[in-house]
Amino acid sequence: MKKLISLEEAAKLVKDDMTIMVGGFLGVGSPERILKELIKNNVKNLTLIANDTSFPGQDYGDLVVHKMVKKVIVSHIGTNRETGNQMHSKELEVVLVPQGTLAEQIRAYGAGLGAVITPTGLGTVVEEGKEILEVDGKRYIVEKPLRADIALIRASKADKNGNLIYDKSARNFNPIMAMAADIVIVEADEIVEVGELDPNFVMTPHIFVNYIVGDDK
Amino acid sequence: MDKNKVKEIIARRVAKEFKDGQLVNLGIGLPTLVANYISHDIDVTLQSENGFVGMGVAPKEGEEDPNLTNAGALPTTIKNSGAFFDSATSFAIIRGGHLDYTVLGALQVDEKGNLANWMIPGKLVPGMGGAMDLVTGAKKVIIAMTHTSRGNVKILEECTLPLTAKGQVDMIVTEMGVMKITNKGIVLVEKNPEFTVEEVQEVTFAKLIIPDDMKEME
Repeated sequence: MKKLISLEEAAKLVKDDMTIMVGGFLGVGSPERILKELIKNNVKNLTLIANDTSFPGQDYGDLVVHKMVKKVIVSHIGTNRETGNQMHSKELEVVLVPQGTLAEQIRAYGAGLGAVITPTGLGTVVEEGKEILEVDGKRYIVEKPLRADIALIRASKADKNGNLIYDKSARNFNPIMAMAADIVIVEADEIVEVGELDPNFVMTPHIFVNYIVGDDK
Repeated sequence: MDKNKVKEIIARRVAKEFKDGQLVNLGIGLPTLVANYISHDIDVTLQSENGFVGMGVAPKEGEEDPNLTNAGALPTTIKNSGAFFDSATSFAIIRGGHLDYTVLGALQVDEKGNLANWMIPGKLVPGMGGAMDLVTGAKKVIIAMTHTSRGNVKILEECTLPLTAKGQVDMIVTEMGVMKITNKGIVLVEKNPEFTVEEVQEVTFAKLIIPDDMKEME
């Protein structure tokens, strides 16, 4: 079917100045093969939305190492020294967001919500410069939805129509990112025929998926 | 006191707080050790914020699964009764009040229940990860840490580092004792018999309230 593309084709869809979401939690569940290919293309000025910046020498951690990123929106940078270095030398803009807020901002865009209002971050630097809303006597921070031009996600199984199943803790941000980008590209460990996945157990419905990278390992 | 002994005292004491049927999130580092001391007579479910409940013990060498890690990216296991989910669900559990306890470390904690554990301006900026949501959303927040760190006092009248959350800490467990944060200040509810009250106060820059029924820390 039309959704199947090669690694090269997938990586070429990512262009300078784009905002990309990359699934994964400290690298676990990230589309490693697409990222490796992307690094060869040396794309510049990306905005990276991910849970963290992983580790140097692997997956999306290397997007930072290779200076392909001008801005990251993440919850944690402690495992990638290069992120800290580039932040201090002002080469890289780092926006730190509480992990639950980040997840909900991404989900909100995909779900067509105008904002997330959350108590997380009240009384901290996180609330600085943001609107505070009082609902039924309780204070909340107004956090805006997050979108991307492209989401690069990883699934354990995909059928050729794009229905996805994730494996264990490799699921993390992948399902919500699949809902929040203009183009969604999936790297699947295994691609099966349509009908082979029980619709009861599909975790991301195919309607969110634009491209599946073939299993040309 | 030996470093490992200190950690054991703290982890062992924190584990006593949990009751049968509760859901608990243990932070990275010292709080992770708490899992080793939870009584086998009770069923406590551990959450891992990267997306599952029912976290088990560390896998045997050679049995690690690259798709099954804890929030510190270390290999772990899941119990038969466990379940995986995405990050939005994971933080709905955390923020939505479904979590009975979160146990975390601290750089500073103060008598108002304020916590600082995510950055030291100009020096260390790892980010907050899930800590702000955990501290805001969990029913009870326990800080498990060494009483001081390299000679630095960490229990203060008021935190000086950027806060993780305001007024959310319920309890502090160190090798010296167990402290509860109350409206009146920090109450030393249990004390390790190896230390005197004066010794504990000396390394605590907030006035400790000593109750008449102060217990010995087990």
